[in-house]
Amino acid sequence: MTRMTFMGGLLASTLLAGTALAQDVTLTIESWRNDDLAIWQDSIIPAFEAANPGIKVNFTPSAPAEYNAALNAKLDAGSAGDLITCRPFDASLALYDAGHLADITDLEGMANFSDVAKSGWSTDDGAVQFCVPMASVIHGFIYNKDAFADLGLSVPTTEAEFFAALDAIKADGGYIPMAMGTNDQWEAATMGYNNIGPNYWKGEEGRLALIAGEQSLTDEPWVAPYRQLAKWGDYLGDGYEAQTYPDSQNIFTLGRAAIYPAGSWEISGFNAQADFEMGAFPPPVQAAGDTCYISDHTDIALGMNAKTENADAAKTFLNWVGSPEFASLYANALPGFFSLSSHDVAMEDPLAQEFVSWRGKCESSIRSTYQILSRGTPNLENETWNASVAVIKGDETPEAAGARLQDGLASWYAPQQ
Amino acid sequence: MKRVRWHILVFLAPAVLVYTAVMIIPLFNTLRLALYAEVDQARVFVGLQNFRTLFGNAVWSEQFWNALGNNIWFFVIHMAVQNPIGIALAALLSQRRLRFAAFYRSAIFIPTILSFVIVGFAWKLILSPIWGIAPGMLDAVGLKSLYAPWLGREGTALTTLALISVWQFVGIPMMLIYAALLSIPDEILEAGECDGITGWSAFWKIKLPLILPSIGIISILTFVGNFNAFDLIYAAQGALAGPDFSTDILGTFLYRTFFGFQLQLGDPHMGAAIASAMFAVILLGVCIYLFGIQTRMRRYQF
Repeated sequence: MTRMTFMGGLLASTLLAGTALAQDVTLTIESWRNDDLAIWQDSIIPAFEAANPGIKVNFTPSAPAEYNAALNAKLDAGSAGDLITCRPFDASLALYDAGHLADITDLEGMANFSDVAKSGWSTDDGAVQFCVPMASVIHGFIYNKDAFADLGLSVPTTEAEFFAALDAIKADGGYIPMAMGTNDQWEAATMGYNNIGPNYWKGEEGRLALIAGEQSLTDEPWVAPYRQLAKWGDYLGDGYEAQTYPDSQNIFTLGRAAIYPAGSWEISGFNAQADFEMGAFPPPVQAAGDTCYISDHTDIALGMNAKTENADAAKTFLNWVGSPEFASLYANALPGFFSLSSHDVAMEDPLAQEFVSWRGKCESSIRSTYQILSRGTPNLENETWNASVAVIKGDETPEAAGARLQDGLASWYAPQQ
Repeated sequence: MKRVRWHILVFLAPAVLVYTAVMIIPLFNTLRLALYAEVDQARVFVGLQNFRTLFGNAVWSEQFWNALGNNIWFFVIHMAVQNPIGIALAALLSQRRLRFAAFYRSAIFIPTILSFVIVGFAWKLILSPIWGIAPGMLDAVGLKSLYAPWLGREGTALTTLALISVWQFVGIPMMLIYAALLSIPDEILEAGECDGITGWSAFWKIKLPLILPSIGIISILTFVGNFNAFDLIYAAQGALAGPDFSTDILGTFLYRTFFGFQLQLGDPHMGAAIASAMFAVILLGVCIYLFGIQTRMRRYQF
C-alpha cells in the first residue's frame, strides 16, 4: 500500500515536472563518488546548467563498494542513467565490449587529453576511447606537521629515514606512528603495496614488463615492497587487525597518529576534519639520490550509456567535461583529484599543490594490477589485497606471497606461463 | 457423474499463482542459468561445465569448500549456543513465579527485529579496538589482557560473528519454545506432581519430550537461515569476507561471484552454479530432517 502511494506520488511528480519543463532534457549521472554529492549539486551542475539552458543534470551516486555490481545490474536491465562514471581499465572495457558504453573517440573534447590519460579508457590497441578522463589520484604519505615539529623530525626521503622516523615516533609514545588498519583489506594493497611499490619496480618500466611477461611477481622488485610492508605491522596502532578505513581516517584527523599512508582523494575530507597543519611526502626511495616513482593513478572518467535517449545532450555534457572550465572547477572543488587534461590548471590548496608537485620530480606510473592483469580468475587485484594484509600481519612471508600471486596469475595469463 | 469442484481451484489459484511467479519460476530460472556461460557477449549452453569448474578447478573448489566449511561452523555455533539458550530462556520465562516476565520476553526479542546493518555496525563499534567499549569494560574488571581485535583475527572472526548472530536471533527459538511450553496442559503436569515428578525432573521428563517437535522445527529453520546467511557478514566484513576469507560463507561467495567485486567482474552463470549448489545443500539438509528425523519423532495428543 505504501509502495502504491509512493509510486503514485512519483508518477504525479513526473507528470507535473513534465508539463512544467516540457522542453528540458534531464541527464542522469551514475557515480560511486557519494562523498562528492554536495560539490556536484552546488558548483559543477549549476555551472553547466547556466551555460547550457535546456539541459538539466541529476547526480545519483551509490556506495563505492556496491557501484560496479549495481551499475552492471542497471545496465542489463536498461534502467541506468545517461552518463556513466567509469572505473579505469577492465571494468569499463567490459561495459564497452558488452555494448553498454558508447564509442566517443571522435568527440571534440577528447583532443584535450594525452594518450596516457586516455589509456585507462581505451581498447587494448588504443584505437577506441569510451570515457572522457576526469581525474587521477596520487599516492603518498600525509603527515601531521605539528607532531613532526614536536618530535623534531624532518620529512623522510629514504627508506632508512622513514623507518628511523617511525621508530622515533614509537619511542616517544605520544602518537600512533602510522594510521592504517587491515580490516577492510584494500588500504593495505592500495595505500601500501601500490603506494611504495613503484620505487622498487621502477614505475612504468616494471609494470609494462610484468604485462609483457618479462618479469614475474617472484622477482625481487615485486617481492621487495612486501618486505617493507612486513615491517609496517609494528608501527600500526593496537588492534589494527580490526581497524577499518574510516577508523584510520578518524585516528589521523583527530591528531592521534603522525603518518597516514594516503591517496590524494583524502585531501578535501582531511582539510575539513583536521585542525592541525598537514604536509605530504612521496614514498621514500631506497637510497638517497635514486629516481623516485609515484603512483599517479588514472582513476575516474565519464562515459555515455550507449542506449541513452538523450545522446546529443549527453555529448554536450561530455564535451564540457573536456573543457578547461570543468578542469579548473573540478580540481579546485575536489583538491586531490588532479585533472588529466592538458589544460594548465591552477590549484589553490597547498596540500594538493604538494602532491601534484611530485609529477615534476618523480616518474609517474599507475597501479600495477589494474591494466589487463586482473581480468581472470583468481583476480590479481583482490589477491593483492589479501596478500598485503597477510604480509603485514606476519601470516605469510613476502616470498610466499609473491609465489602465490605468481601461481594465480600464471594459471590464466598466457604471457606469464 | 462427478461434479467438478471448482471452488478448490479458485481458492488455490491466488496463492499458487503468486508463489509460482515470485518463487518457483526464479528458482528454476537460476538452475537453468547455471547451465550457460557467456562467450563473446553471447549466452551459450555449456551443460555442466560451470559445475565442473566449481568443483574441479582448484581456485574455485578451494573457495567453495572453505565457504561451506565456514558455513557449517556458523551453523554448529547456532545449534550449540543459540538453541539451548533459547530453550533455557523459554523454560525460565514459563515459570509462573517469575516477575517482569513480559519485560524480559520483549527485551530479549527486540534484537530480532533490528536490521542486520544496524546489528553489524553496532557490534563492530562495541568490539572496535579504537573506539569500542569492549576493551574499556574488560579493563574495568581487570581482564584487559583477554581483549583482542576479535573481528580482525582469522582464528576468531567467524566465531565472533556467529555469536553476534546468536545474540540477535536467540529470541526466535525462545518465543517458539515458550509458545510450545504454554500449550502443555496443566493436568499433565499436575498428574506428574501426584507421581512425585516436580521441578527440574518435570522439565526433563515431561516438558522436553513434548516440545521436541518444536525443537526440530527450530533446528531446520536455523539450518536454512544459516546456509542462506549473507547480510551480517557483508555488513561487518564486506564482500571479501576478511580476514583472509576466514568469514566467507556461501552467501558472500555467491555475491562476490554473481555481482563482482572491485576489479572482479560479475559472472551470473558461475554465480547461478554456486546458488544451485547452495540449493542442493539446503535441500539435502531439509530432506535428511524430513525423512530421517521427523517421521521418527513421537507425537502426543492431549
